[in-house]
Amino acid sequence: MRPILMKGHERPLTFLKYNREGDLLLSCAKDHTPTVWFADDGQRLGTYRGHNGAVWCCDVSHDSTRLVTGSADQSVKLWDVQTGTQLYSFNFNSPARSVDFSVGDKLVVITTDPFMGNPSTIQVKRIAEDPADQTSDSVLTIKGPQGRINRAVWGPLNKTIISAGEDSIIRIWDSETGQLLKESDKESGHQKTISSLCMFTDKSHFLTGSADKSAKLWDTRSLTLLKTYQMDRPVNAVAISPLLDHVVIGGGQEAVNVTMTDRRAGKFEAKFYHKILQDEIGGVKGHFGPINALAFNPDGRSFSSGGEDGYVRLHHFDPDYFSIRM
Amino acid sequence: MAAATVLSMSEIENKAMNIGIDLSTIVFDNIVLPPGDDFGITSDDEDILHEEVAPKFETGYGNVIVVDNLPVVSPEKFAKLEGVIRKIYSQTGVIKERGLWMPVNPDTDMTLGYCFVEFNTAQEAKEAKEKTDGYKLDKSHIFIVDMFDDIERYMNVPEEWTPAEIKPYEAGDHLQHWLTDEKARDQFVIRAGTVTEIFWNDARQLRPDPVYQYQYWIDNFVQWSPLGTYLATVHRQGAIVWGGKSTFNRIHRFPHNQVKHIDFSPGERFLVTYSSQEPSNPRDTHRVVLNIFYLRTGKLMRDFKGSVDDFTTGGSGGLSGISWPIFKWGGGNEDKYFARIGKNAIYVYETETFILVDKKSYKVDNVGDFSWSPTDSILALFVPELGGGNQPARVSLVQMPGKVELRQKNLFSVSDCKMYWQSNGEYLAVKVDRYTKTKKSTYTGFELFRIKERDIPIEVLELDNKNDKIIAFAWEPKGHRFAVIHGDGPRPDVSFYSMKTGGITARVSKLTTLKAKQANALYWSPAGRFIVLAGLKGFNGQLEFYNVDDLETMATGEHFMCTDIEWDPTGRYVATAVTLVHVMENGFHIWSFNGKLLYRIPKDHFFQFQWRPHPQSLLSSEKEEEISRNLRKYSKKYEAEDQDVSLALSEQNRKKRRVLQEEWETWTARWKQYLEEQELRLQLRDGEPSDDEGSQEQYEAKEVEAEEVLDVHEEIVD
Repeated sequence: MRPILMKGHERPLTFLKYNREGDLLLSCAKDHTPTVWFADDGQRLGTYRGHNGAVWCCDVSHDSTRLVTGSADQSVKLWDVQTGTQLYSFNFNSPARSVDFSVGDKLVVITTDPFMGNPSTIQVKRIAEDPADQTSDSVLTIKGPQGRINRAVWGPLNKTIISAGEDSIIRIWDSETGQLLKESDKESGHQKTISSLCMFTDKSHFLTGSADKSAKLWDTRSLTLLKTYQMDRPVNAVAISPLLDHVVIGGGQEAVNVTMTDRRAGKFEAKFYHKILQDEIGGVKGHFGPINALAFNPDGRSFSSGGEDGYVRLHHFDPDYFSIRM
Repeated sequence: MAAATVLSMSEIENKAMNIGIDLSTIVFDNIVLPPGDDFGITSDDEDILHEEVAPKFETGYGNVIVVDNLPVVSPEKFAKLEGVIRKIYSQTGVIKERGLWMPVNPDTDMTLGYCFVEFNTAQEAKEAKEKTDGYKLDKSHIFIVDMFDDIERYMNVPEEWTPAEIKPYEAGDHLQHWLTDEKARDQFVIRAGTVTEIFWNDARQLRPDPVYQYQYWIDNFVQWSPLGTYLATVHRQGAIVWGGKSTFNRIHRFPHNQVKHIDFSPGERFLVTYSSQEPSNPRDTHRVVLNIFYLRTGKLMRDFKGSVDDFTTGGSGGLSGISWPIFKWGGGNEDKYFARIGKNAIYVYETETFILVDKKSYKVDNVGDFSWSPTDSILALFVPELGGGNQPARVSLVQMPGKVELRQKNLFSVSDCKMYWQSNGEYLAVKVDRYTKTKKSTYTGFELFRIKERDIPIEVLELDNKNDKIIAFAWEPKGHRFAVIHGDGPRPDVSFYSMKTGGITARVSKLTTLKAKQANALYWSPAGRFIVLAGLKGFNGQLEFYNVDDLETMATGEHFMCTDIEWDPTGRYVATAVTLVHVMENGFHIWSFNGKLLYRIPKDHFFQFQWRPHPQSLLSSEKEEEISRNLRKYSKKYEAEDQDVSLALSEQNRKKRRVLQEEWETWTARWKQYLEEQELRLQLRDGEPSDDEGSQEQYEAKEVEAEEVLDVHEEIVD
């Protein structure tokens, strides 16, 4: 498996996202400019200029026309995917950490960091059909969890919102009323900051990665812990294969320690685990910094990883990957 | 209340209900029992009170000594005598103000011939007792000095001798039980964080099998005895040895305050403990205490006390001065002798009597280093050059007892020597560093002694490139070969030599040289033949498993940042470990002898890994040979066992997997039910299906030809 090395960002990667067809790959980094690439050969298609801070997260609409990005410049921006023009900017009084389109792309859930005395929030905005009608009003604002909320995503049928963050607890909220419906168990749940969360395509289950050196698979509706994947390093990024029963988990020791150790000691590998058996299948080496972002192509035949080293590595699986027997 | 039996909690609750007491309102700590009645419940502290050595209470007189056998003097001479005593004792410590008291007979006004001296600290008092007991004031007045605390004990000694009570013989625990393991597994001990654990190395199951675990077992470190019978743990108050059939029971305690090092004699008869104490006066040197205990009874055989300087060879002394072990054991497994080096002498003691052999030290001027043969009572000595090269350096072999010099070799322009014994005591290799003519650099050669041959022939060996630095040297255990890592730079060479080449008159010759290896340490298998060439620490933990019989590499591996390597006592497995020396990646790996990685255990704060040693095999060499001839017959049985285990393992695995798979299927079935929501989702998407509905083939790639008009211009054709 020869990776395609995509050099376009000048700072560490933060997030990767494929569009539904899997022909485009969107990448976010700390260098202010989200970038779109051809997911097949890694050609750079264009950038979205306008942010004035690290871009933490993005999401692309079902029909690949709209892009939403959340940034540390305290704004969430809506873009035209094709032209790269900025359609709208939601402004906040603290950095935006995560964004996620609802099914139907009519709503977007945004989390903001605790900042200058403001607590962290989960906010829902309505996306207008015509950008000219767009307003910045929040449909719903949820406050409560302590510390940063690293990720909030929509549950099945947009009925719930699932959030996870620094307090290491996963919460399910009612997306209509903002009521807290469920909380993950402290004993069996994560012990440290949850850094990432990835929904399976049919939203039946999701995977979380945490600094406690584990990734956990949960049932979306009942918040039952299904599986635990034990790692020997803090987890920064997770992804679930849409094709096979595989999950990929990436991480590495904290960025502060990276300069003090050899890259072989840092464990900057993307590790594949069998989703059901929880056994390690293999690893993909290459980055020389911790892995911050992972994404599977919706066809399950390629995946990409983004590292603290500023590179995106695009991997197309070899034929023998599809015949792995456990 | 006749509650002499212990009630269960539920019974208590019932009783409380009956008599109408709310238990939650009672603070149990506030309950006071009538004095003298424990209601049949024994206190937790009781064990401690009834232990053999009951805790001692400080009497407060620990810093007072009693000096007896003083002259009896009249009042006129009282002040003079007092002055003399004060002078003597202020040399050893600080006497407290009004801390000297000489009682006087009220009738005669004469002194009573004894006095009390109170020091500032108990330690000073002890030192004073040691130094002045037996001090000759004059011919008829020899001091008898005792600790004040001891006097009472002496008073209570009964006048008449009563025969000691003879305890009936109790069969001891089977201390070598672990050797009879049915699966012929070996044990090892690890220490990580606050936990000390002992495991079986279950290589068939590819995991360690726990034997015993203890939290906060020890303060310092653990150590197996040389034959594996005991496990010693080192604490602040002393060392403890443990052993037993199934669990580890405490066998003996060896009290030694602030003990720093311990050492077993090779035959497991004696235990040496060592401590050094910060001096109260910073100008003084550290005080060293060494105790030698008889291991089976825990009896103190002899103690050695003194300043650090007494236990070092010249040099500046101080902290780094001592090299452990101070006492080296000689005479093979019988532990006949032990010896230490001093200035211009070697002190050799007999374990029969615990005194010096021939009652005097063995004088060797300017002796630099010595070592015992591992099997015989032969000492090898190294004496460095004297007088700027006028008197050559020499290496000599001395037989004990008798101090007969068996062989001697003079060496010229030597900078340093190091001695390496082969484990059977057949060969001695002396690595000699010599100055080049300019004296600016050194080069190295070897002097090889054949101890077991007539007249002990010596051979000189120089490397092909004699300017190569020697990085490591190791004899093949019980064998005739040795390995050397030599060379400069990051990729040194490894050479193998044999002592048994060249027909009847055996000669040393090179077997092979492996060029440019990333290695800085050599680990022979205890059974010989195999060796691990390791690149520790700076070399990132490269491992090469090499077969010296066939001169070929069996496997290479890597344990990143590996700091320690140890073969198991049978030579079947190798453990590699990263200990706390390196911050990251702590833990250990177990390899097979041929370099196959069997399993990995990560452990944070990993301190120590140690295999449990084996005693010497009881089989005669003929029997061993016979077994190795019929190896095939024996191995069949084990191979069958191996297969059974692996079958059982895979069966287990399959079962586990099936369970997991079934569990998952129930989940997916549940999720399928939600597919009915499809309609709703379609609505949300304004009638557009999303990708998870229907099969993947629902949309297929179509090639759409699109034409774009770039330019239109008309041309009129004629």
